[in-house]
Parts: sequence; structure tokens; C-alpha cells
Amino acid sequence: MSETIKNFLYLNRKAPYGTIYAWESLEVVLIGAAFDQDVSLAFVDDGVFQLTKSQNTSAVGMKNFSPTYAALGDYEVKKIFVEKESLEERGLSLDDLQHLTWEDEDEDWAEKDSIHLVNRAEMAAIMDDADVVFSF
Amino acid sequence: MKFAIQVNEGPYQHQAADSAYFFAKAALEKGHEIFRIFFYHDGVNNSTRLTTPPQDDRNVVERWAELAEQHDLDMVVCVAAAQRRGVADEGEAQRNGKDATNIHPRFRISGLGQLVEAAVQSDRLVVFGD
Amino acid sequence: MSTLHTVNKSPFEKTSLAACLDHASAGAAVLLMEDGVYAALTRTSVEGQVKGALDNLKVYALGPDLQARGLLEDRVIPGISVVDYAGFVDLAAEHDKVQAWL
Repeated sequence: MSETIKNFLYLNRKAPYGTIYAWESLEVVLIGAAFDQDVSLAFVDDGVFQLTKSQNTSAVGMKNFSPTYAALGDYEVKKIFVEKESLEERGLSLDDLQHLTWEDEDEDWAEKDSIHLVNRAEMAAIMDDADVVFSF
Repeated sequence: MKFAIQVNEGPYQHQAADSAYFFAKAALEKGHEIFRIFFYHDGVNNSTRLTTPPQDDRNVVERWAELAEQHDLDMVVCVAAAQRRGVADEGEAQRNGKDATNIHPRFRISGLGQLVEAAVQSDRLVVFGD
Repeated sequence: MSTLHTVNKSPFEKTSLAACLDHASAGAAVLLMEDGVYAALTRTSVEGQVKGALDNLKVYALGPDLQARGLLEDRVIPGISVVDYAGFVDLAAEHDKVQAWL
């Protein structure tokens, strides 16, 4: 859609459902996928809660949008960085999160992990590398 | 420099819309260009023409409209966020069976692609939120 | 790549200041604005954290927000520069990008 390719970082620091930011930021990622930019998602602080498994929203009457994260691979969004310290502070591990994958067409559609666990220093470097940061 | 501005919160509830306005105004006064101001989340509420703020306080919606008029700014309201929050123009009202519109004519409703495009085309994206 | 980070919430209300300082790289700038200006004051429980940040980062506070909150510039931590909206625009232009900690 355009000549310029920028390094886009979508910064997610808020928990899902208590506010709409998590869901509406995901909507930007999905639309943004059509623009062929170099996309990374960062989950820091309460943002890591967005990726937990087994979300069941029936009793709160809200739409469970967590399956959308699993679809990100189909949108070529495969750089999903989750901060280790943020998980640990919240008593979580990678096992508590959805297993997000993408299919690498250059390797015979081999399924690969989209989530990359990074420490704070690595996350800071990822933020530094971005050309544009979306915050919600 | 070309700026893209994202406003995540509605008028009065948060200072975000005020901060965004003063940033935009200062940027224009310095001769910079504002590529687009994109209103997302509750920010879409900056575009209703139906506010009646107290006489002794700022009129956030009109202030945006005047700035846009003066500088021919593109002020875009996200369609999905607007539908959710009940901000509608003629097209939206007709498409969705609503009996009224409430958008101020200086704003236009469009898709999230406008935000992404602004980020691609501008030199800086500045986000104002909570 | 040097970033202008913005922090708009009070450090006593949200963790955004701490999160920002934990991730800002040496040479970056942090602009305290809206309720974030409370972090610029001397004698707070976060003064040490902010002073420490000054070793590696430039820290700014938005003057109009200090004034609105009845905070005189003489209560601002020495080393923090007070800027107005025009200064905010200049900072945004001088740095490579702006990153909001909301």
C-alpha cells in the first residue's frame, strides 16, 4: 500500500476487559496489517494479562476477544514480545499465556512461535528500534 | 516536520484532548504541518456538535473546529469507535437506521486505516490519552 | 535513535512513570505533563527515582501543567527543565520519535 516501510511498535500495557484499550488496540493491529509495515507488539506491565488462556467472559457479558490474538499469525504479525519481569511480577509464566504461532511460507509452512519472551533491557532495546510507537 | 496526532480520550473527562489541542496549536504556530488528527476510543466524543459547556469554560469541540478551519486540518473520527459510542454522520445514521446525527461538520468519520496511514506518512506520531 | 517519552499520570496514581524510567535508554528525554508533573517536585517519595533518572536522561516538565496545579517552579527538582507547549513541539521534533506512557 505504500513505499515507506517503518518499524511499528504497538505498546500494550493495560489489562483486558476493565477498559477497552486492549481490544481497540488489537483492532488497529488488524487493520494495520494491510499496510505492510514491519510490525511488533509489546506486552508490558498489565498488558501481559491480555494474552492469558481460558478467558471466559459469559458472566460479565462482554465479548471474549482473546481468540483474535491466535489469528494474528494469519495477518503476518509474528513479532510478539512479552516482558519477563511483567509476567513474574504478576505471578505468571509463559504457560499461562496462549500459544501463539505463525506459519512460515519460506519453510514449507512450518509453524513457529510468535511470542518471544524478553527481559526489560531487551524490551527497552526493542522500543528504541521502533520508528513509531502506538500507545492506548 | 509533519505531525500525526492521536487523541484517545473525550472532552472534559481527561486532559488529553486539551493537551493535544495545545500541542497541535503550538506545532502549527511554529510552521509545522499537522498531517491528521485521529480520534480513537472515547476520543471520538470530541466530535459531537451537541455539547453545551458552561459559558465560563473552554468549548473543546468548537476549539478543535476553529483550529481546523484556520489551518484546514484533517480531523478524523474512527468509524468503529464512533459506532460503539453513538457518534454519527448522515451516512452512518442512514446505514445503521438511526434517527439523528450528532457529528460536528468539521470532523469526518473514517476507518482505522487513516490512523495507520498517518503514522506511515508523518514524521512523528504523538499520542494523547489516559 | 533517541526517544521523547511522555508521562501524563501522577506517579502516586499509576506506575507509568516507573515503567517509563525502567525502559528509557540513556540519552532519551522524558516529558512530565498533565498529572505527570507531580513527579517533578522535590520532597516526594519518588524524588530519588527521578533524580537518579537525571544521570542518564533529560527530564522536562510542562510549565502550563505545573502552573495549573499551583506548583511553582522553585519546587521543581533542580536539573528538570520547564518547557511550554512550544518547547514540547521542539522536543518532539528533535527526538526521533515520541512514546506515550499512558
